[in-house]
Amino acid sequence: MSENVLEIKDLKAYYKILKGDVKALDGVTFNVKRGEILGIAGESGCGKSTLASALILRKKPLQYVSGEAKLLGTDIMKLPEKQFKKMRLKNISIIPQYALDAFSPTKKIRIFISDLVREHGIRPNRKFFKKVEERLDMINLDPSALDRYSIELSGGMKQRMIMIISTILDPDFIIADEITSALDVSSQRFVANMLVKLRDEGITGSAIFITHDLSILYQIAERIMIMYAGHFAEIGPTDEIVSNPRHPYTKALIGSLPQVGIQYKENRLSGIKGTPPHLLNIGEGCRFRFRCPYKTSKCEETPQMERITDNHFVSCWHWKENFSDINTSGGEKDGE
Amino acid sequence: MAKSEFWKKHENLYFAVTNGKVIFGLIIFMSILALAIFGPMFAKYDYEEFAGPGYMPPSKDFWFGTTLMGKDVFTRVVYGLRSTFVVGFVGGTIATFVGLIIGFLAGYYSGKLTDEVLMMITNIFLVIPTLALLIILSAYLPYRGILSQSIIIGLTAWTWTARAVRSQTMSLKNQEFVNLSRISAAPVTKIIAEDIAANMFSYVFMVYIIQFTGTILAAVSLEFLGLGPTQGISLGLVMQNAVNWNAIQLGLWWWAILPGLLLTILIVSLYFINTGLDEVFNPRLREM
Amino acid sequence: MKKYLGKKIFIYLITFFFAVTIDWAIPRFMPGDPIQMLLSRFQGMEGGREIIEAQITASFGLDRPLLEQYFNFWGSLFKGDLGTSIYAFPEPVMNIIQQAIIFDILLLVPSILLSWIVGNKLGAFSGVNKKADKYTMPFFYFLTSSPYFWFAVVVVFFFGVQLPWFPINSAYSSMMRPGFNFAFIVDFLHHWFLPFLTLFLVQLGGWAIGMRNMIIYEMGSNYSKYMESLGASEKLIRKYAFRNGVLPQVTGLAIRLGNIVAGALTTQIVFSYPGLGYVLLKGILNQDYFLVQGCFLFIVIFVLLANFLVDIVYMFIDPRVRFSYSGEV
Repeated sequence: MSENVLEIKDLKAYYKILKGDVKALDGVTFNVKRGEILGIAGESGCGKSTLASALILRKKPLQYVSGEAKLLGTDIMKLPEKQFKKMRLKNISIIPQYALDAFSPTKKIRIFISDLVREHGIRPNRKFFKKVEERLDMINLDPSALDRYSIELSGGMKQRMIMIISTILDPDFIIADEITSALDVSSQRFVANMLVKLRDEGITGSAIFITHDLSILYQIAERIMIMYAGHFAEIGPTDEIVSNPRHPYTKALIGSLPQVGIQYKENRLSGIKGTPPHLLNIGEGCRFRFRCPYKTSKCEETPQMERITDNHFVSCWHWKENFSDINTSGGEKDGE
Repeated sequence: MAKSEFWKKHENLYFAVTNGKVIFGLIIFMSILALAIFGPMFAKYDYEEFAGPGYMPPSKDFWFGTTLMGKDVFTRVVYGLRSTFVVGFVGGTIATFVGLIIGFLAGYYSGKLTDEVLMMITNIFLVIPTLALLIILSAYLPYRGILSQSIIIGLTAWTWTARAVRSQTMSLKNQEFVNLSRISAAPVTKIIAEDIAANMFSYVFMVYIIQFTGTILAAVSLEFLGLGPTQGISLGLVMQNAVNWNAIQLGLWWWAILPGLLLTILIVSLYFINTGLDEVFNPRLREM
Repeated sequence: MKKYLGKKIFIYLITFFFAVTIDWAIPRFMPGDPIQMLLSRFQGMEGGREIIEAQITASFGLDRPLLEQYFNFWGSLFKGDLGTSIYAFPEPVMNIIQQAIIFDILLLVPSILLSWIVGNKLGAFSGVNKKADKYTMPFFYFLTSSPYFWFAVVVVFFFGVQLPWFPINSAYSSMMRPGFNFAFIVDFLHHWFLPFLTLFLVQLGGWAIGMRNMIIYEMGSNYSKYMESLGASEKLIRKYAFRNGVLPQVTGLAIRLGNIVAGALTTQIVFSYPGLGYVLLKGILNQDYFLVQGCFLFIVIFVLLANFLVDIVYMFIDPRVRFSYSGEV
């Protein structure tokens, strides 16, 4: 039990709007082990960002519905706001999607950091800022950046600064929400490696790395969880997910990745036909069934999470079947 | 059901007509407008007529009391309201129109010479104190009518609109659907009409309300200064008379306070409508 | 930064130029030839008539070509010669205005500053307190929708007549002589309070509404979200939001100045407070064109200077101005 930093059980959180409920996170179960980087992948709207919000900051219209989320043994969903506030930054933290926009334009970075840590009872004295500067050094930022306003920093610098700020109190658990999505490829690699380094140096404990880009996860995540339309699809060790995916969606995702060395004149890059369903007042059943070529009437029932190995779980009625080449858009080979 | 289909399509309209603030403001506004349109028909007296003894507080015969000389305040107010509304509508339309054109052109050609020049002109008009400008224009006009008053107010009040429209245009311009039209080589007017204008309609409506309010206030101030229409009656004139005849000191509070109160309530109602519409069109402000 | 200021100064200079030109052009080009009307007015006047005629001909330069008239106008402006008042003949316009301006500044500066500060605080409070907001907003609407002169009348009614706590005319009693003595200052403040209150309250409504909206907007921004996600208290977030919300309020001050001055003008008339507004009205009523023109110019100068001051202040409080390279923020 103490192996797990985060234990999520059947967590549900909906956006409650006038027209009804958008079931953006509808029953997800997984754990994050100590010191692990869990990648969470899926296309836009699959619920990964909702998961992040549900864990760190639920703002109307997002509301907790049911389920458990135990951080270091405490169910943070049921915790009163006052107590949870103390856990933020110290035990659980986030590197947000909007990092480039996360600074107040009228405060110098140093002041911002001082104000923030003071809220947690830490004195922003010289000793503290020495630690900050060490972290900045680690991430290739000049300490002079602290005495600047956010407008003086470039996008990349802001991104790195946010990483440092979010981890300044060495949180046990960090949520990295699409931190590479707005960057160019080399910056992506740098940022992703930085996350690993933070974990390796013991600065952060565990992490979930949310992205739609599987190729990054392949490089830095120990396990990967796939989500689809608010539902859990599959979770497992990275190489197993990539080499032996058991959920039709996962298979399609892996298959749609561009591979280096292939000339796409010969093989068409296959996408996945169709789009995810609307989550407003959505009913029961597997949410991928509208696009899945293997669907049967059984799929009208919401699939249960089933164990493949101790580390590999999937949520599909047909995972046992041996799928043939799953180019759902029909990967025609030209000229043959 | 056809009805719910309609509401689903025009979701914004649904929110507009159910928004409390909008309804509240609209009721008040319509009532005062009705007063302006129909009031004179029901007034028992003429506004220049010496209807009764002077110095009468509000009563059954004289709903707003009488002036020092015996003219019926209610009649004067109700006729004055008419000129107020005319100035508001005409001046507001002119101001909105001019502001729209200037703002739109500046925004569409943002960064280029057209934009710089137009913004320079706008900034000049923005800085010059409008009332002072109006005073100096009005003071030298040999004859001032409601129409000329509306026109000069409209021609000096457009700056805010121009700026607001320009920034809206600039942000819309960069959005995807406009670029698509450009790629498809649709003519400029089509882009304007379909893509940009359609999205700006709600915005323009709110802007019009603000211009309407501003025009009325400017007009009333001019009238109070004695620079209103040379003939006829207007709310500001009623109040100027009251103040000149020391109405308050002499105890004729109804003469000085009631006309202004009506005007203030009218403007407050428009504020409510605008705030309500703001909630409708900017869902972030909407309460769930 | 320099570009920002430079652009602003350029606009103000052009505006001043434009204002002076209008001031010069209007009486000459308006239909109905007001100058002739003016001259004809003094047909029957004894003694003063020739002087006025000479004055008018000289200052309007009616016997000179148009362009020369224009330059002469600028010339006399720089000399500080704004002509002689007609209604207060033979007092030079400049003198009348100089006396009036002091009263204006004493009225305008405190009311603008205090209403801005208090209004912003109230607006921020309203923005974070949903319950209070329901009651305060209509009140603020009411204040800001009131025509200044009407509100002045209401103030006079309640505090000058019903509860005769304050005098309602002039800036000081006729028995007093202006001077830096205690008795006069007290008397002046006594007279000053109601006009001040009027300007203070009406402006306050506008600032409160503005800041309330800004606070709501800033509290919903990404940096607010980030701070909350990292465990910052609402108090801290509000502090940051306020700091950011103040910026457009400063800009708003510059934009509103013209409107505030207009309000001051009409308020002064209600109180017979001898500021520019009161003087201006006298000028209008007496068709004293020199006085009206002089007042117009001074009002414009005042607004331009105040705008410039606000621009400088803004430059110091918004770091983005210092580091961005465009003229506008």
